[in-house]
Amino acid sequence: MTDRHPLDLTSPATRAALSRGLTTRRAVMAGAFGIGASLSLAACGSEGTGGGTTGGGAAPTAKAAQDLSDTEKVVNWSNWTQYIDVSEDEKSRPSLDAFTKETGIEVNYTEDYNDNDEFYAKVRPLLAAGEDTGRDVWCSTDWMVARLIQQGYVQELDYGNIPNGQANLVESLKDVEFDPGRKFSLPWQSGFAGIAYNLDATGGKKIESMTQLLTDPALKGKVTLLTEMRDTLGLVLLELGKDPANFTDADFEAAMDMLRKAKDSGQLKGFTGNDYTDGLTKGDIAACVAWTGDIVQLQFENEAVQYALPEAGFTLWSDNFVIPALAKHKKNAETLINYYYQPAVMAEVEAWVNYIPPVQGTREELEKIDAELAGNELIVPSDEVLQGAHVFRGLTAEEEQKYSSEFADLTAS
Amino acid sequence: MAEVALGTGGAPARPRRRHVGWVPYALLAPGLLWLLVFFAAPMFTLGSQSLQEGNVFDGYVFTGNVSVYADALQKYWPHLLRSVGYAGAATVFALLLAYPLAYVIAQKAGRFQNLMLVLVVAPFFTSFLIRTLAWRTILSDTGPVTELAQRLHITDLLQAANLINNDTLLSSKFAVIAGLTYNFLPFMILPLYASLDRLDHRLVEAAEDLYASPFQAFRHVTWPMSLPGVVAGTLLTFIPAAGDYINSRLLGNTQTIMIGQVIDTQFLRVLDYPLAAALSFVLLLLILALVTTYVRRAGTEELV
Repeated sequence: MTDRHPLDLTSPATRAALSRGLTTRRAVMAGAFGIGASLSLAACGSEGTGGGTTGGGAAPTAKAAQDLSDTEKVVNWSNWTQYIDVSEDEKSRPSLDAFTKETGIEVNYTEDYNDNDEFYAKVRPLLAAGEDTGRDVWCSTDWMVARLIQQGYVQELDYGNIPNGQANLVESLKDVEFDPGRKFSLPWQSGFAGIAYNLDATGGKKIESMTQLLTDPALKGKVTLLTEMRDTLGLVLLELGKDPANFTDADFEAAMDMLRKAKDSGQLKGFTGNDYTDGLTKGDIAACVAWTGDIVQLQFENEAVQYALPEAGFTLWSDNFVIPALAKHKKNAETLINYYYQPAVMAEVEAWVNYIPPVQGTREELEKIDAELAGNELIVPSDEVLQGAHVFRGLTAEEEQKYSSEFADLTAS
Repeated sequence: MAEVALGTGGAPARPRRRHVGWVPYALLAPGLLWLLVFFAAPMFTLGSQSLQEGNVFDGYVFTGNVSVYADALQKYWPHLLRSVGYAGAATVFALLLAYPLAYVIAQKAGRFQNLMLVLVVAPFFTSFLIRTLAWRTILSDTGPVTELAQRLHITDLLQAANLINNDTLLSSKFAVIAGLTYNFLPFMILPLYASLDRLDHRLVEAAEDLYASPFQAFRHVTWPMSLPGVVAGTLLTFIPAAGDYINSRLLGNTQTIMIGQVIDTQFLRVLDYPLAAALSFVLLLLILALVTTYVRRAGTEELV
């Protein structure tokens, strides 16, 4: 699996393609995921009967529950925080309200997805025991989607209910390696991980590299990193001149050493999920590894919050809609996904969440709402910006186990 | 008087006692059932889980692998020690804060007694998590508390004592211990209040009549009489504080991680269930050992 690299970003062919814009970045990204295949190896070698539904060689299929969509007009959606448009008074979510008005389906929108591992730990016991999670749809990051598909925890989408998904998904994301043909998942948002800082808390200093973030004494005890291994570690690997799409065990150790040193020196305040936003706005966190969209949002609240895409490179990812096994309102969930795959609706969401949209035509719609946003590099990245974007390569089962447990030791002890 | 009256007719009471033999068991049944379902059974599950091997993808299988305990101890003994240290410190601070307060409420508050008790309990109307999050706002780097501490050079003092690692209060040993002290303070105050409330003030007066100084009266009368409250209070504070994972997570940094947080992460993020279960057991045994020693030393068998 380890030889499965994405396209070389510096090759002439890729560059030519990049000049066409976002599309190609996504293709690059799609190539990166050996993870789906690597996990199937894990399943082959398994003999366990312990807790999972995995057992045989082939990926198990998710069980469907009796679909109550027609009688119960609700859909339960779990999502990350600050990941959807809200009204001025922050009391309602306009795009969801419009959806309810249009379809008569109530949306129970819960922001309880703070971190992939944490969320997985929450739902895994239920899924493994063949029980309903109480959720009809949620948004998982690519590598987590790969795991969910492999373990048979997510259901196949019925495109009969999602015609917009078929028509409007950006070309390059149509055939990602962890989900060929997008049978199980559809992207919700994409984005970069880079460095964010609060000018008030850094004393006006700009923080532009991982080395500075991890060693500058001015930031001592005021730095947070993400618990999302692929983002934090990816940035450190890039800083060390390694490509996250193509690194060795030794590179991994070198990156971990850099992180351990920072931790032992008392540089770090902690490791966070999506919950760094509050501290960063207040200035309790001076600088951190952060996700683009969050920061564009925070800048509306506090102009001192700044964002830097490190020159050494930065990571990119997508979060994807998936429908878990035994979801009670599958059809409603699909109707919801279909609704968000309209460019005008996605543009409305984008004007607030400020991530990179996976829906064709969103840019044009966004220009109508807010031309300034449509010109923002973090939402509609230019080719130049995209050159710096990197993806984390797929990991074999052994690597996944080894790396994530070592990384977890760092974050939690 | 009533007893005397009953005493005369004592004979018929005896045969009745045989009939009611099952009553104590019936009364115990709900408690025992509770203990079985919510303590014994989970303990057994946890114990067997700690002896499993495998990974989350293929499932865990029972193999009787005891070495996980050695691994757990070897890897996480600093966190165990730290937890005991922080919980111990929090208990001492809570006692120092709670004793005078409980004494005033029990002995001096007069008609304000109930009001003061309500005020002690009032924070419990909000959730533990919210109360701890509030501390994050209180100790915020840009907040007035931090600013005042910096002006008065308290931060320099704390920094010299290695309780904080920069010039701010949040995300430090200091913040974690303060949070623990605050969160478990009512568990200290209430038992102390209960035992001090029962204190017969005439005994203190008697001591003073015998020419005891106020300090001697406290040392030889009040303090010994309140010992059951002290022991109960310290136990109720120390035990949950040692296993706490919220304070260290919300108020600490990467160098103040307590064992509870490690267990939480192993269970919920790493999904290494055997290691997490083993750590839970180690923590349980450690606390049990500490508490047993403490109770023996305090000699509460005679006091309670």
